[in-house]
Amino acid sequence: MKNRENYRKERIDRCIKARSDDIYALSSYKEMWYLIFPRVVPIIGIAILAYFLPLYWKKVVITTCIVAMLAVSWDFLSSCGLLSLGQALFFGIGSYTAGCLNHYFHVPIYLTIPIATICGGFISTILLLPVIRLRGIYFAMVTLILPLMLARGIEATHIFGGNEGITGLSPFPNVWVELTFIIAGMWAALFALRRFISSDYGLIFVSIRDNDRATMASGINIYSFKAQALFIGSSICAFCGAFMTHSYMFTGIPVFTMEFSILPIAASAIGGIGTLAGPLLGAFILVPLSEILREFGTLRVVFYGLVLVVCVVALPEGIFHYLSRKYNEMERWVRLE
Amino acid sequence: MIVYGLINSAILALMALGFNLTFGISGVANFAYGAMYIVGGFITWSLINTLNIPYAISAISTIIIMGVFGALIYRFIIKRIRGLVMSEVIATFGISIVLLELLRFIGLIGFKYSLPVFIDGSVEIFGDYVDIQRLLIIGLMILIIISLYLFTHHTKTGLAFRGIAQEEHTSLSLGINPDWIASLSMGMGSALGTFAAIVILPLGTITVDGGYDILINALSVCIVGGLGSTFGVIIASFIIGYAQTITAMYLAPHWTMIVSLLAILVILVIKPSGLLGHQKELEERV
Repeated sequence: MKNRENYRKERIDRCIKARSDDIYALSSYKEMWYLIFPRVVPIIGIAILAYFLPLYWKKVVITTCIVAMLAVSWDFLSSCGLLSLGQALFFGIGSYTAGCLNHYFHVPIYLTIPIATICGGFISTILLLPVIRLRGIYFAMVTLILPLMLARGIEATHIFGGNEGITGLSPFPNVWVELTFIIAGMWAALFALRRFISSDYGLIFVSIRDNDRATMASGINIYSFKAQALFIGSSICAFCGAFMTHSYMFTGIPVFTMEFSILPIAASAIGGIGTLAGPLLGAFILVPLSEILREFGTLRVVFYGLVLVVCVVALPEGIFHYLSRKYNEMERWVRLE
Repeated sequence: MIVYGLINSAILALMALGFNLTFGISGVANFAYGAMYIVGGFITWSLINTLNIPYAISAISTIIIMGVFGALIYRFIIKRIRGLVMSEVIATFGISIVLLELLRFIGLIGFKYSLPVFIDGSVEIFGDYVDIQRLLIIGLMILIIISLYLFTHHTKTGLAFRGIAQEEHTSLSLGINPDWIASLSMGMGSALGTFAAIVILPLGTITVDGGYDILINALSVCIVGGLGSTFGVIIASFIIGYAQTITAMYLAPHWTMIVSLLAILVILVIKPSGLLGHQKELEERV
């Protein structure tokens, strides 16, 4: 063991990382494999896992994918400086839109989900439009209040089935379709958002988070961009809501519960905020784990909360950052001059 | 109606003061405030009913316990992530969830969970019968506000509080330890929340969902009044309190929750910094 006092840890990109960032990525299979490996392995792994597990665990995979999408959307919103404590709002609106369309107007399932995705996004954006000028904790406060209030409103006015909710909605043809659909949706959301946020257009969203005043000074209407971000983020959640509604053939007050707000945040906190892939990873750790803890009932939510606090305080980096560092960089001890 | 509006306003003000104190001084939005309120009520209940400690002693000791608890939370959790707004919000929100759902798990449901009133009975004012407890709330609110004012304007610690709130770095150079003051403010905030719980909870039962309601009410009052400004909070609580009472009277009781949200929206459109907020806050929020 060397005396570490005169040493510091240095991190450099691996050679292969430097090469494959550029056009040289196409120079050999090794570089291509280096790029493809972290993307393909989870896709194939989850697909195999999902299709060969027993039925109960298939349902767990579906729930996991839903939470993963919620978490990715949360992370996207937070990358745009919109700190949301109420993913349940978007989720619930999507769920209720699909449920009502299906129940009152008998719209078939392959139409309700797209309609609910778009409409849910619109409704959520319009609901939050008056407060879009807020930032940081103020926005978080309003998003925390809204789902609770909507649930209270439905409870009080007995619209849309009131306390009992709407049951007997049309289900998916079979569990295979369901699985393929949600897994495809999840990967689509992840890769589309990752590409989107690194494009020139997506850069504006990130710059709003980093310094909104400077963005405004550059002649960009940040409120319009925030509304767009909100629409994208809430559409994804609304899709999850609509999907869940048809999966369980039910919609009701429970869609506004704290669990759908807290789970995505907890998943993001574990996985690593700001990476989009991290929250997905976090969801795939957290949800199966909580499934194992199912017998503890509501204690699970306590567990999420604890995970949240511990991760934010002790591991602010998140798992994904750690993994990507190990994958892309090498570390060595360097003697101080 | 005038009397009940007044009482409702006093309740709102009591709920919001603790939250406002913590936020105004340390800049930490304590999302665990509602949870602390309920936990405070629950601890008092268990002290009375399981340990058979007299009411007054258990109430005071709960206030102290919760104050220390709040300060400890600051020391061990918030201090490490101070200044990172997102992490602060997530962490306090997480604490809130842990506390409330733990209580739900323990089984905090039912009518047996209610605190005794201080003095039973009611008096007639303007033709309405009003419980003495409700009158006490008004009196205690006034007492708290006066003592808070005296504390922040005429004691050394109170002046340090205001110093931190205004300019943290300058107060650091004047020998005020911001972390110590901030943890003190967090402790006082939770102690105030517990005090509010002990005073207000005898009117109803202790429920887990109440914790979220308290948080919503405190937040909306603070946003309307201008975060960090005590008198803004008082004025805002009167506006919202009367608005809620009127809605409950002429429309239906379940619309009262909408009032808070509406008040937030209106104030954001008209005067985004809140009723008595400052320009500095305006920059922070819009």
